[in-house]
Amino acid sequence: MIKATLTGQRLMALFLLGAVLFNYPLLSIFDLPRVWAGIPLLYLYVFGLWLLLVILMIWIIER
Amino acid sequence: MSSATIVAVSFLYLVLLFAIAWMGDRRADQGRSIIANPTIYALSLAVYCTTWTYYGSVGRAASSGIGFLPIFIGPTLAVCLWWFVMLKMVRIGKTHRITSIADFIASRYGKSQLLGGLVTVIAVLGVIPYIALQLKAVSGSFMILAHYPEIVMPTQGVSRSWFLDTAFYVALSMATFTILFGTRHLDATERHEGLVAAVAFESVVKLVVFLAVGVFVTFGMYDGFGDIFSRAAEFPDLAQLMRMEAGGNSFGSWFALSLLSMLAVMFLPRQFQVAVVENVNENHLRRAIWLFPLYLFLINVFVLPIALGGLMHFEGKGVDADAFVLALPMASGHGWLALLVFIGGLSAATGMVIVETIALSTMVCNDLMMPLLLRMQWEGLRRREDLSGLLLGIRRAAIVVILLLGYLYFRFAGEAHALVSIGLISFAAVAQFAPAMLLGMYWRPGTRAGALAGLSGGFLVWLYTLLLPSFAKSGWLPGAFLEEGVFGLEALRPYHLLGMEGLDPIAHSLFWSLLVNVGACVCVSLWRRPSAVEAGQATLFVDVFKQTRPAGDAFWRASAHVADLLPLIGRFIGPERARQAFAEYARSRGVADMQDLQADAGLVHFAETTLAGAIGSASARVMVASVVKEEPLGLDEVMNILDEASQVRAYSRRLEQKSRELETATRELRTANERLKELDLLKDDFMSSVTHELRTPLTSIRAFSEMLLEDPEMDLDDRQRFLAIVVSETERLTRLVNQVLDMAKIESGHAEWDNCEVDLKEVVEQAAWSTSQLFRDKGVQLEMSLPERVPVLLADRDRLMQVVLNLLSNAVKFVARDSGQVWLRLFETDEGLRVDVEDNGPGLTEDEYALVFEKFRQGGNTMTGKPQGTGLGLPISRQIIEHYGGRLWVESAPGSGACFSFLMPCVKSTETKDDAR
Repeated sequence: MIKATLTGQRLMALFLLGAVLFNYPLLSIFDLPRVWAGIPLLYLYVFGLWLLLVILMIWIIER
Repeated sequence: MSSATIVAVSFLYLVLLFAIAWMGDRRADQGRSIIANPTIYALSLAVYCTTWTYYGSVGRAASSGIGFLPIFIGPTLAVCLWWFVMLKMVRIGKTHRITSIADFIASRYGKSQLLGGLVTVIAVLGVIPYIALQLKAVSGSFMILAHYPEIVMPTQGVSRSWFLDTAFYVALSMATFTILFGTRHLDATERHEGLVAAVAFESVVKLVVFLAVGVFVTFGMYDGFGDIFSRAAEFPDLAQLMRMEAGGNSFGSWFALSLLSMLAVMFLPRQFQVAVVENVNENHLRRAIWLFPLYLFLINVFVLPIALGGLMHFEGKGVDADAFVLALPMASGHGWLALLVFIGGLSAATGMVIVETIALSTMVCNDLMMPLLLRMQWEGLRRREDLSGLLLGIRRAAIVVILLLGYLYFRFAGEAHALVSIGLISFAAVAQFAPAMLLGMYWRPGTRAGALAGLSGGFLVWLYTLLLPSFAKSGWLPGAFLEEGVFGLEALRPYHLLGMEGLDPIAHSLFWSLLVNVGACVCVSLWRRPSAVEAGQATLFVDVFKQTRPAGDAFWRASAHVADLLPLIGRFIGPERARQAFAEYARSRGVADMQDLQADAGLVHFAETTLAGAIGSASARVMVASVVKEEPLGLDEVMNILDEASQVRAYSRRLEQKSRELETATRELRTANERLKELDLLKDDFMSSVTHELRTPLTSIRAFSEMLLEDPEMDLDDRQRFLAIVVSETERLTRLVNQVLDMAKIESGHAEWDNCEVDLKEVVEQAAWSTSQLFRDKGVQLEMSLPERVPVLLADRDRLMQVVLNLLSNAVKFVARDSGQVWLRLFETDEGLRVDVEDNGPGLTEDEYALVFEKFRQGGNTMTGKPQGTGLGLPISRQIIEHYGGRLWVESAPGSGACFSFLMPCVKSTETKDDAR
């Protein structure tokens, strides 16, 4: 059985963080016609955040 | 590219898959599972990514920018909660041998066949469009590729006869493939190791190919991400796609789709199959929690570049955006890459179709057909000895029927929709399972009626707000009700129930169906108390992690013998497998032969769980109930077991009892150990004493014999005297050996006691008479005082005589010659008969007093005087008296004689006393 309660709590926090960052209204802040290195800001934000979440998951579980 | 080439390559690919699956099964049989690996487990979860992801994401991105993403962001967030939710599902699944999501829900709400059937119907109806989508994608990509190097979209709306339709053959070959893969044998736990290995391999193939296409488009056709996006931004239509509102997107639908896909990734039948049923080890979840989202991220990175690249490349050429992944390599003249893309798409489709149809066919067989057959009391069911063939047959037929239904949906409704909208209809259908599943795992009061109400309510709303409109759009139904509502009631417009505006159809349907579903489930559940079996199952599911939860067999008072159960189980899973399962259970119970197993509730529970692995919990319940005499517990009894406080009390009582037992055992062990040490010490002492005692007479025998031998001239008197000494020492030796043997016998409890009625007075008189010669020789006077009559004792006469003789001879030894006097008294006391032997000898010093009853301790000073006894007489006497529950003791003071007494308890003494009164 997976025991570490702290890991579970961290993942729960990560879920809440992701749910907030990936939704209105925070998402609307990045919904601007701007580009960064040729990449639209919205794309950059969504994919960057996604990658960050995955990295945090790896860090939480595998450290 | 000729069709034959494509078919040949596809066939080779499928053969490769089959080889992997075959190897997986073989390794599993040898006990060297290749899927017992967290990475394989995580990759198999990627069966979530179907052709919908593979082709459809690009299609949706081309019309709505990042609108395709919630389908993948939802699962990314959901896996964070898997640490709790999925772990619980897996644990429950393993504990109860759950075979499918229908089985899970049926089992949770009191092993209800009706509920299992309803879930199956919803799942089949809901998932068929999804399967249709896979057929559409494979046949479409096949037709596009077959025209290479030209890019021709498949003709739409032109009716072809079915035998010319590629999709039909795709459906048939997938059915064949699925049957070969999934239903070769009936496994007791519904696990398919080879299948999982193949699915994991397919996940790798589709990811690698998609990444290859992405890299090719982004870095081959264009100059990196920045280049594509900057170029696209110059087109006003495409610049629109870089904003949230593209293609009618809204934050509301974004949220709704995330929620929908969160639920779908857990409750799609195929996801449940790979995540719960095929799970080898709970710990594999750890890696899956990050590897699965990482997979989703990777397979989506290139979706937007491909979509935008395709839109720019094929501007105005009428190429369907769903086909961009395939069409872009074709347009650049890379036939081989296009063929790879096709294979990747085939991977995505076969993976989904195989796992989904296997999961559905298991549900159809276990939760739809079996209950029907059982209910109909089908004659063939009773007559057939081995039903595992029948079960396999049902499953195979179900696979074919499901795929044909998928084909029919594709043929009549599918052409009207893009890939993504078909998939979303399926997602919304399986989302209806979420309330029953989640409430079932975390909310105890949920009842069967509640789950039935919730599921059917949610299902009907889904049917009305999503499926029927999709039929209407395909022309199956008159489209008027979309705009006007049924019976012209505006409030019933399927996309705008009660006039609700501002939500897209999916979000709208999701909101209403989940509202009705959860509302009905909760309200109806709370309407009445759960029945006994519902309450029992609720606790087993909700408290699956609790130590104090009652065992699965706590809720049934049932008994059945192995002889009844074994044939029943054997009919479904095959006699040999059943025998193995029972033998294993017997071993786990510490019983060598399964026939000796106790006919208790535990055995029945084991049999039922084993059977549930083959035919589902609800049917297993019915089958087992048919051979078992049982009475379900009443609600009050179940409530008693469930009552939290009583559980905790029972648990702590068990703990206390265990610790008490342990304490007792420890104490016993400690005393035993001390006793052993003591005995060991005694034995050493005894050995050294015995050898010492043996040596003394031997020495004198040897000395006198040598003198006799060396001096033949010795005169007769001396000779006579020496020989007499030798004889007496030999006698002493014999006596010693006899007494040692006697002692050992008594101590070890092996002595023979020849008990009979004994008159102690007569014994004492005879002992006095026997020793009278000793007394006369030494000139010692013996005075006796005996009562008229004493009660008889039940004892060994010779042993008692031995005691009295021993005491008398001791007394004679220690009194002075001629002036010595010995008193022998026998009288009755309250405790029994008492014998005193008193002398006027030197008495005992304080040291002697303590030692006189020890072995080999002889009276008198052994250093000066010659030993006169063996040193065993008193210890033996004491053993004898204690054997009869009496006492032997001495009272003495130095210089004033000693008085040895013993007391024999005697039952009859009380009677005599009573007579006297």
